[in-house]
Amino acid sequence: MNDLARPRLTDAPTYAAPVRARANFVALGTITRREVRRMLRIWTQTLVPPAITMTLYFVIFGKVIGSRVGPMHGFSYMQYIVPGLVMMSVINNAYGNITSSFFGSKFGRYVEELLASPMPSWVVLTGYVSGAVLRGLLVGAIVLGIALFFTSLHIAHPFVAITTVILGATIFSLAGFINAMFAKRFDDIAIVPTFVLAPLTYLGGVFYSVNMLGSPWREASLANPILYMVNAFRFGILGIGDVPVWVAYVVMLAFVFALAAVALWLLRKGVGLRS
Amino acid sequence: MPAADASRAVPALEVENLRKTYSSGVQALKGVSLKVAQGDFFALLGPNGAGKSTLIGILSSLVNPTSGDARVFGLSIHADRGGVMRQIGLVPQEINFNQFETPFDICVNVAGFYGIPRTVAKPRAEKYLKELRIWDKAFQPTRMMSGGMKRRLMIARAMMNEPRLLILDEPTAGVDIEIRRSMWHFITGINRAGTTVILTTHYLEEAEKLCRNIAIIDHGEIVEDTSMRRLLSKLDVQSFLLDVTGFEGTLPQLDGVKLTRLDDQTLEAEMPSTHDLNALFAALTAHGITVTSMRNKTNRLEELFVRLVERNGNGAAA
Repeated sequence: MNDLARPRLTDAPTYAAPVRARANFVALGTITRREVRRMLRIWTQTLVPPAITMTLYFVIFGKVIGSRVGPMHGFSYMQYIVPGLVMMSVINNAYGNITSSFFGSKFGRYVEELLASPMPSWVVLTGYVSGAVLRGLLVGAIVLGIALFFTSLHIAHPFVAITTVILGATIFSLAGFINAMFAKRFDDIAIVPTFVLAPLTYLGGVFYSVNMLGSPWREASLANPILYMVNAFRFGILGIGDVPVWVAYVVMLAFVFALAAVALWLLRKGVGLRS
Repeated sequence: MPAADASRAVPALEVENLRKTYSSGVQALKGVSLKVAQGDFFALLGPNGAGKSTLIGILSSLVNPTSGDARVFGLSIHADRGGVMRQIGLVPQEINFNQFETPFDICVNVAGFYGIPRTVAKPRAEKYLKELRIWDKAFQPTRMMSGGMKRRLMIARAMMNEPRLLILDEPTAGVDIEIRRSMWHFITGINRAGTTVILTTHYLEEAEKLCRNIAIIDHGEIVEDTSMRRLLSKLDVQSFLLDVTGFEGTLPQLDGVKLTRLDDQTLEAEMPSTHDLNALFAALTAHGITVTSMRNKTNRLEELFVRLVERNGNGAAA
């Protein structure tokens, strides 16, 4: 028989703050670990496709077309587009990871394992975001590695490069989480990447400098959050950018806090999860 | 009152005027109040759509109540959701685990969600998967398991936080009798060891066999809340099917017993529950009829359940 024959507590035990903190830490590690294992288990869907896509970008845009474009701000066109393409893959993969994983858990109903546990909402959110950010970083590292086969890079500001890529992945993980909460069908998680994420990414200065645009397109581009991420990361890698790096940090941090607040509120209300 | 007795008086579950109206306008719970004592094995029965799963959903934080409160070992679901969840283990009606993960990973991960470190969770998962006889499938994806194995996995998963209140929502649905019995054995053992168990089931024989107390819910209201013994004692008439030999076509007239011929080898005897069975056998013997075996025509609880639910205006129940 089981070992529940231990002496029973006579009323509900109370959990001191350090005990709860330790429990939350274990729970956070469990979700993150589960997300990373999922990513690695389906590596042909999570890691290989971005590597192939970005290789094609490097060959076609960097080598074939880039050789006719000429230098941009003192760098070859290949060097110029590398930061944007890395950031693009980070954003897309962070977003894709969290939407498919969280919506999958809703669809398969195993999100109930989380909802019926004592975990606070912020632990659930942080766990999923951590998993998505880690996938974004891993894919970003793979793409950067592939880029080094085509060109040489000297990282100008490592701190800026690392923090920018983490912030970018966090923003789109949070956005993906919100998308997955509202989604009722798999179609609902495909709409945003196709109709919102892709246009914003391509118009976010991945392949060109925003200063090349005339008015009002230049001003309109400044409303695109991806522009700040791409240019801040480009500043981190190459030391050049179209927007001041501090402005990019302010914009990114504002998005992180705003999206986290919305995601937490939705999670606490149980929108799309609890009836 | 000694301190231990005083705390023992705190019910494992206390539901107070709980109401739930869904956005569709359906009133699933219409002010349900209920108490389940610590250590009880409690049956919550009701026809489909009566509100059982809504009530369980509210207790396990999957459904938001419209009003009212529920306290688990004195902790309110509103004031201390986390504390309440630590006390509860839930076996839901529908399969709700990741079909691509293995039973072992599912159990260890769920323990992690409760803050239980992997060093503790791993041996615990092994223990419960072994006790529920699915250890040999522990490292295969769950989509390769049979329905009965999946049901047992959900029990093992619910045990990972070693809950003080185990809620089982139709745990044996669609499970063959051998596995059902092994599940009963396991759950009974858990209950004997001190865990309070709340069971919903459509197998009324199961509820009658296992549970000490019972509530029947219908149309979102509790229509009966009593001990199993007291409820069964309300059944004033009982019917038996008698397998007989020596019956030659003429039914004997017996005092207080309504005898009906079903075929030449089977008679039905309906009589007050206080009627002396020896007198029945003696009278039949006097008429040259030998009873070779007998059984209840219907399960006693089933009979009462149907009566209570029909009285509450649900003719379709059963």
